[in-house]
Amino acid sequence: MSPSKETDKTLAVRCRGVTKDFGAGATRVQALRGVDLDVYTGEMTLLVGPSGCGKTTLLSVIAGILEPTDGAVEVLGNDLVHMSPRAVVRFRGDKIGFVFQQFNLLPALNAIENVAVPLLIAGMRRGTALARAEDVLVQVGLAERMHALPADLSGGQQQRVAIARALSHRPQLLVCDEPTSALDHANGKLIMELLRDIAVESNRAVIVVTHDSRVFEFGDRIAHMDDGHIERIEEKQNAAPAGH
Amino acid sequence: MTWIAWKMLIGNRGKYLGIVLGIAFAALLIAQQSSIFCGLMNMTTSQIRDVKGVDIWVMDPNVQFVDDIKPLSENDLYRVRGVAGVDWAVRFYKGLARSRLPDGNFQQVILLGLDDNSLVGAPAEMILGDLRDLYQPDALIIDDAGYAQLWPGEPYQIGKVFEMNDRRGVVVGVCKASRTFQTFPIVYTRFSQAVLFAPTERKVLSFVLAQAAPDRSPEEVCREIEGQTGLAALTQEQFIWKTIVYYMQRTGIPMNFGITVLLGFIVGTAIAGQTFYLFTVENIRQFGALKAMGTSNLRIVGMVMLQALQVGVIGYGLGIGGAALFGWFAKYNAKLAFLMPWQVLVITAVAVMVIILLSSLLSVRKVLVVEPAIVFKG
Repeated sequence: MSPSKETDKTLAVRCRGVTKDFGAGATRVQALRGVDLDVYTGEMTLLVGPSGCGKTTLLSVIAGILEPTDGAVEVLGNDLVHMSPRAVVRFRGDKIGFVFQQFNLLPALNAIENVAVPLLIAGMRRGTALARAEDVLVQVGLAERMHALPADLSGGQQQRVAIARALSHRPQLLVCDEPTSALDHANGKLIMELLRDIAVESNRAVIVVTHDSRVFEFGDRIAHMDDGHIERIEEKQNAAPAGH
Repeated sequence: MTWIAWKMLIGNRGKYLGIVLGIAFAALLIAQQSSIFCGLMNMTTSQIRDVKGVDIWVMDPNVQFVDDIKPLSENDLYRVRGVAGVDWAVRFYKGLARSRLPDGNFQQVILLGLDDNSLVGAPAEMILGDLRDLYQPDALIIDDAGYAQLWPGEPYQIGKVFEMNDRRGVVVGVCKASRTFQTFPIVYTRFSQAVLFAPTERKVLSFVLAQAAPDRSPEEVCREIEGQTGLAALTQEQFIWKTIVYYMQRTGIPMNFGITVLLGFIVGTAIAGQTFYLFTVENIRQFGALKAMGTSNLRIVGMVMLQALQVGVIGYGLGIGGAALFGWFAKYNAKLAFLMPWQVLVITAVAVMVIILLSSLLSVRKVLVVEPAIVFKG
């Protein structure tokens, strides 16, 4: 990661000329058409745009879930394009936290157990993992609901558990796919505040895909996408300078 | 991850029970039917096993199983006795006789004639009376099940009389005997008495029972007897297997039981496989999320296999337990043939293993092909 010239924020993600095609021949769909994007630590970057514009595809590429058809993707100093699939899986487990639109909590596990999942994936002992999960749940304000099953939690609480899960293994990059779309406005704002605090206070890079214009105010940098490419990037005053 | 797999599995109680019960049903059916089959096969050889302290059975070379009697001549007995390595050899009569009860009823019985001097082949356990009472005139010892068949509901009593071949026989004792395939009463008497009770034939010696000399193996002596007399000589174990093989090859018993076992296997696989597959499909997003969060395919496969193994072990335990319970009930209350040797447990375990492997294969495939990107689809 290279520090920016004007702040102590560092470059966490660097995409250059990223394309992604699905299918081949007559059925070929170009989901990404040469995307350039920089994402910095300590900031929340929003990927916004209409449905089908390629936001989620770009997020998947950055998270190492999808392989780009072409272009360069550097995440936390690692060249994902040239990493082996096995190394990418390990990298995801170690360095990236995920927050999903539908939460994707394991229904059979209670809140604290769900939060401990990434730690168990990383090979931590159960007791230690649960202890750390407890700390993270306290941080996201769910100390009282640690032993509740997902079905017994509200949508906002489930998303907090999902955020705690994404944070539990202390990743440097948080990728969030429509984290507020299943929530009402008030809960959506709370979640966005929480994500922004995570970005700023722990100097993590947070990328949020959203089409909910009501939460745009929380983004330090807003990348507007359409038809597979970034049309423009809005930066707030405290944001690091654009890398392109 | 083991713990997560376990929690995911038991989290959906309905599906979990469905899979376990599917496997348990298959294990129960396989173990129970196999045990009944073993019980029946065991019954076919009960009369060989009930003859204690005998190494070798000598018979006509054309005998195919224990109830296939082709009598030998008296001369054959002496020829066997003359073979080096034979410690002793005695007569043994086995045949069917028709008993006529005082009330006029007839009942087929299995008549066993024991060597007059040694009583070799005598029942091992007497319930009433003394074995030596067989030396009394017209003396018979009858097995307890046979007694109950001839005189239902009556207490055991010495002195009961019935006729065979117009000759009077007197019950001097009641003994324990293994149940036979034919289920007829078993009547023991001396050889000299048995030939009087049996219909007249020129040759009446069913088998020669022999003992190998202490320094010779029964197998070796069997070969000597066959070589020198031209008769068939088998160890007790060999004769048991000859009889079992006959029943397996010449009757539809193995086929019928085999079909039921196969049906149990197929139904068990279908129930467990379908339920396990549905369970996996329902959890596909969770598996996708685990993959997105950095769980490798190998670990995911391990989780699915572990879940399969868990339900397999529990289902197997329940099935075997159920079969054992059935066996206990069958044996002591319904008098059904039931024998569960360790081989049945192994066969059932292998069948259950195949069921869970087949059941989990579809699920594993489903999980392996799922893209972690599925979790980004609302």
